[in-house]
Amino acid sequence: MSFEPTLVGFLCTWCSYTGADLAGTARMKYPPNLRVIRVMCSGRVDPNFILEALARGADGVLVCGCHPGDCHYVEGNYKCRRRLPITVKLVEGMGIDPRRVRLEWVSASEASRFTQVVIEFTDEIRALGPLRLEEWAFDHEAADAQLGHNGQSRG
Amino acid sequence: MAQVNIRIDGRPIEVEDGSFVLQAAEKLGVEIPTLCYYKYVTPYAACRLCVVEARDQRGRTRVVTSCNYPASEGLEILTHTPRPVAARRTNLEMLMSRCAPLPVLEDLARKLGMGAPRWGHGTDTCILCGLCVRVCDEVVGAQAIGFASRGIARTVTTPFEIDAEACILCGACAAVCPTGHIRMEEPGGREVIHREITLGPNAAITVPFRQAVPNAPRIDPEYCVHFRTGGCKVCAKVCPKECIDHADEGCTEEIEAGAVILATGFQDLDPAPLKQYGYGKLPNVITSMEFERMNNAAGSTDGKIQLESGGEPRAIAILHCIGSRDEKHHPYCSRVCCMYALKFAHLVKEKTAAEVYQLYIDLRAFGKGYEEFFQRILTEGVNVIRGKGAEIVPAPHSRRDEGPLLVRCEDTLAGRFREIPVDMVILCTALEAQKDAKETGRKFGVSVGADGWFIERHPKLGPVSTTTDGVFLAGACQGPKDIPDAVAQGGAAAGQAMSLIIRGEVEMDAACAVIDDAVCSGCRLCNDLCSYGAVSFDAEKKVSIVNAALCKACGTCIAGCPSGAIRGLHFTDGQIYAEIEGILS
Repeated sequence: MSFEPTLVGFLCTWCSYTGADLAGTARMKYPPNLRVIRVMCSGRVDPNFILEALARGADGVLVCGCHPGDCHYVEGNYKCRRRLPITVKLVEGMGIDPRRVRLEWVSASEASRFTQVVIEFTDEIRALGPLRLEEWAFDHEAADAQLGHNGQSRG
Repeated sequence: MAQVNIRIDGRPIEVEDGSFVLQAAEKLGVEIPTLCYYKYVTPYAACRLCVVEARDQRGRTRVVTSCNYPASEGLEILTHTPRPVAARRTNLEMLMSRCAPLPVLEDLARKLGMGAPRWGHGTDTCILCGLCVRVCDEVVGAQAIGFASRGIARTVTTPFEIDAEACILCGACAAVCPTGHIRMEEPGGREVIHREITLGPNAAITVPFRQAVPNAPRIDPEYCVHFRTGGCKVCAKVCPKECIDHADEGCTEEIEAGAVILATGFQDLDPAPLKQYGYGKLPNVITSMEFERMNNAAGSTDGKIQLESGGEPRAIAILHCIGSRDEKHHPYCSRVCCMYALKFAHLVKEKTAAEVYQLYIDLRAFGKGYEEFFQRILTEGVNVIRGKGAEIVPAPHSRRDEGPLLVRCEDTLAGRFREIPVDMVILCTALEAQKDAKETGRKFGVSVGADGWFIERHPKLGPVSTTTDGVFLAGACQGPKDIPDAVAQGGAAAGQAMSLIIRGEVEMDAACAVIDDAVCSGCRLCNDLCSYGAVSFDAEKKVSIVNAALCKACGTCIAGCPSGAIRGLHFTDGQIYAEIEGILS
């Protein structure tokens, strides 16, 4: 059986999540690989979320927000647009292919664009193959303990 | 200014000192013939038909031109004594012999009891009264025409007889020309479309339509001479109540509102780019809106369905889906056209004896009573053809009993190609989103779909509200809609807006950001991140604080906080990490 990537998507409520919802109500088809987490705004996407998702076994992370100028929160997507490239650099510095983290703009009416983005992203990650961070012998709990974190104190 | 008393044909009148005799005669209702006089330009005494006998205080009598003869105390004017009448006749006779027989001169001659001029008729149609030149200079302010040459070669023309760049094509010269020497013509073939011929000219100042609210004339700056040259203002001079103020312009007002209903409607597709239909080029090819205008009892044809020539059409084709359901223009169905097209057919049948052809792709008679109406149309003898009108061409060999336009289509039920000769074609143009809908939407935080219509919060559960609280949608700005649907949505929008306002308070979303004082380092990074100014710095406590009433819970500050001091209620880091863990387990 061919490799099926596991993808995490952070979708902003107003544009991308609504667009994804529209894709659903319109019965459009896209790969089931993407697992969606709704956030209020793409500006809410903490770089830690992306790292966490990759560490937890995601093969790729997709962040979707409103088109520049259309943000429901005026300019949250601009903040995201600034943060994402830095996050990608960080991810790249860790030795992870930068293509595994992607930012896309999807408006509430662009259901077909959303499916297209997911299809493309899934194909790309499928071609890249699995990330297999667990093989890097990264002990999550130990790292947490070392940093003085635990699951509770986060947030 | 001092007032003086004068007498005209024995009737006394008090006028301003130095004002002209003709004006006083006008006030008294004494008729003095004239061709070159116009109230709003300097009198010129060119036609010399307004001659009268003037007797001053010393008893001296002279024959003078009344249009530019100033009134003075005790002046006595006689308009119909033998001397001025004889002079008037001679002057008119000379004008007549200069010109071809002109109705205006012939009428005057008849009134003065004259026959044909002794010296025979000439060929000119201009009487060199200079009214056009003075109007162009003094009223319009364009100074595009003037007199050229002298003596018998004198003519009115543009500088160097070349096309005047100064001419603004206002038509004022043609309007004042007493003989019809100056006409407005469109150079280079037919560009004047039906609208201007049967639907009334685009006057610069008009009441837009009879049921307009407010029912008052308005000035169209695009056509108003004043807005193009700074001159004219004749309308202001003739208005007895002095209502017209050209300086009164549209202004922006700021209104504080608790809710906003967007009802910006649709715009009509311009069918001119669809060359196959010849709109704007072929006569009697009109849009549905233009037909509505013609059909309106308050319209310029008084509700009569007529051709540009004024005749009654013998056959009318109604073409559905012009620009709708067309991949090259709008893929969507405009929803209202089928039914109004059927209404048109009914009205045409009611008002005229014309044959009606409906050319449709699919007939969508979906509403209550609609299908029944369609069935009724069928019994009224309307030709309903399934097949989109492909092209309109002028008939190459028009027979007298057939219309001069050929509508080409494929009759898909009969399975053959048809060419239908008609007199008039009505194009049912698509409903389009306003071209600035995206801009408008951005102002109100409402996004537009691919077709430009505003997007509602939810297609089924929130068809009236938008993603921005307090902004509602009504009517065709949200999508093509007929009147009952638009009214229903408008009512719903008004209801939702009222229920929001009447409460007097706004329910806040439970989600908002909160800052943990103990963790906040007071770096103020979050203060600049907030687009709403909801995060501020408490200088006393040296921490940032969130104003919950202003916070919209976007979470940008939470993601940006380097110390993790901000919690987004309902979207806490912990919750999202748990989600990540959950979906990846």
